[in-house]
Amino acid sequence: MLITEMKVGETLRSLIQGKVFTIICHGCREVRFPEQEVNAFVRELAAEGIVTGTITTDYICNPDFLQMRLKGRMAEIEDADTILVFSCGVGVQTVSSYLEDKRVIAGCDTYALPGYQGVTPLEHDCDQCGQCYLNLTGGICPLTACSKSLINGQCGGAKNGKCEVDSNMDCGWERIYRRLEKIGRLDVLKCPVQLRNYATDDEVSR
Amino acid sequence: MRITELFDNGEFVVTAEVGPPKGICVDHVVEEAKSYLSGITAVNVTDNQSSVMRMGSLPACIALKNAGLTPILQLTCRDRNRIALQSELLGAAMLGIDNILCLTGDHTKMGDHPGAKPVFDLDSVSLLHTVKQLESGVDLAGNPLVGEAPKFAKGAVVSPCSDSIDAQLAKMERKVMAGCDYFQTQAVFEPEKFIKFMEAAKQFGKPVQLGVIIPKSVGMCKFMNNNVAGVHVPDDMLEELRADKEKTKAGITGVEIAARIIKECKPYCQGVHIMALGWESKVPALLEKAGI
Ligand code: SF4
Ligand code: SF4
Repeated sequence: MLITEMKVGETLRSLIQGKVFTIICHGCREVRFPEQEVNAFVRELAAEGIVTGTITTDYICNPDFLQMRLKGRMAEIEDADTILVFSCGVGVQTVSSYLEDKRVIAGCDTYALPGYQGVTPLEHDCDQCGQCYLNLTGGICPLTACSKSLINGQCGGAKNGKCEVDSNMDCGWERIYRRLEKIGRLDVLKCPVQLRNYATDDEVSR
Repeated sequence: MRITELFDNGEFVVTAEVGPPKGICVDHVVEEAKSYLSGITAVNVTDNQSSVMRMGSLPACIALKNAGLTPILQLTCRDRNRIALQSELLGAAMLGIDNILCLTGDHTKMGDHPGAKPVFDLDSVSLLHTVKQLESGVDLAGNPLVGEAPKFAKGAVVSPCSDSIDAQLAKMERKVMAGCDYFQTQAVFEPEKFIKFMEAAKQFGKPVQLGVIIPKSVGMCKFMNNNVAGVHVPDDMLEELRADKEKTKAGITGVEIAARIIKECKPYCQGVHIMALGWESKVPALLEKAGI
């Protein structure tokens, strides 16, 4: 099982720029989703008149399916400055790699619970770290895209854009840097020093 | 003595580095350092470099210190979590080691115990932050330290000749923000790139030591070009090494090249860091030729 918890509303507000298109994924059966909280938050945003559109769907981690679902909504997406995604880490990554030029924001943190983790396509991976970093990394998961799961930037080992551990693998932080450059978000590299919290399971049960 | 004091006095700081042995006898390392490196300011002691298991950096630092040298403790995040790293730092301070260099470290798969667990609980940036925290009298979790807080000269590395200078500068800025006092660079073989990098890095106001490797052979340079991040030996240098095999073998060509690089870059940096890789005996000649 996975649990997604909505990030604090204030945190999300600080990340939202201009108009917002929201994508709400109720996920697969293995995900417990904070439906009411998210709906209330989106209603709040809509009341302020900054929402260009909202879709509520499932399985956005499947790129083909996601593309199909977004097809008729591209005008609203174009109109928005921020795409706010409420889903597990894989869903957000699928959206941010599909809408490559857009500012895609993760609305949730994803935690692991014991049991079956569900089936997701292989392109993106989420370790359910409970402190989703996607808003600091241009929507590319630093824990699964970097061989050392670094969260404060690239190590000194990348050569020609490839990871020191595997020359067939693109360096995750090289990808993150290029993506941030592309979406004009290099400023997030000035964020405070990040520390992992390996006790997030305590927080879920809290 | 913290090397930051020397930088503050405007001195040109020369450092070198040695690797602890895979064994319990450090005599050879200490002897070599005493014979060839006693004229320089401080000596880095590597931390299980390239993920190859060796004696720890701290005990080897103590051996050098007892022999009258100033050691710089290298600390990587590969083998220890935040508890072990902080504990090591307190121990180092107690033993009078006050110069450190904070690194993320190579992945365990690169070394001689590829099946080992890679830790990376912290990384170079969060390790610098941790040290700063200890210096302020509390640990990373915010618990107060008992008695006097430690004080270190906190170093880190940058790679000025890497493919993406902008990404390097961004990482450098993060390190400065986290509390880095000085930088040592990856080996430089392209002075133009280094100078350009330094123009941009000036904004951070932190001393930078030029990294130097004495090129030993064409084979070594080709290996670095293919495998070492941020290092590129240009073709004309390879030609120079190829030209006179005997001279190259004797180390004369390599020393000439390295001295030239130092001379060219000296006006733009605050020191040099020499990675002799077994050619410690050539260091005095190199410094003389470079006019340091
Ligand atoms: S940072 Fe990665 S592992 Fe953590 S929740 Fe986000 S996608 Fe999942
Ligand atoms: S080379 Fe890139 S992907 Fe590989 S460990 Fe370093 S930062 Fe991570």
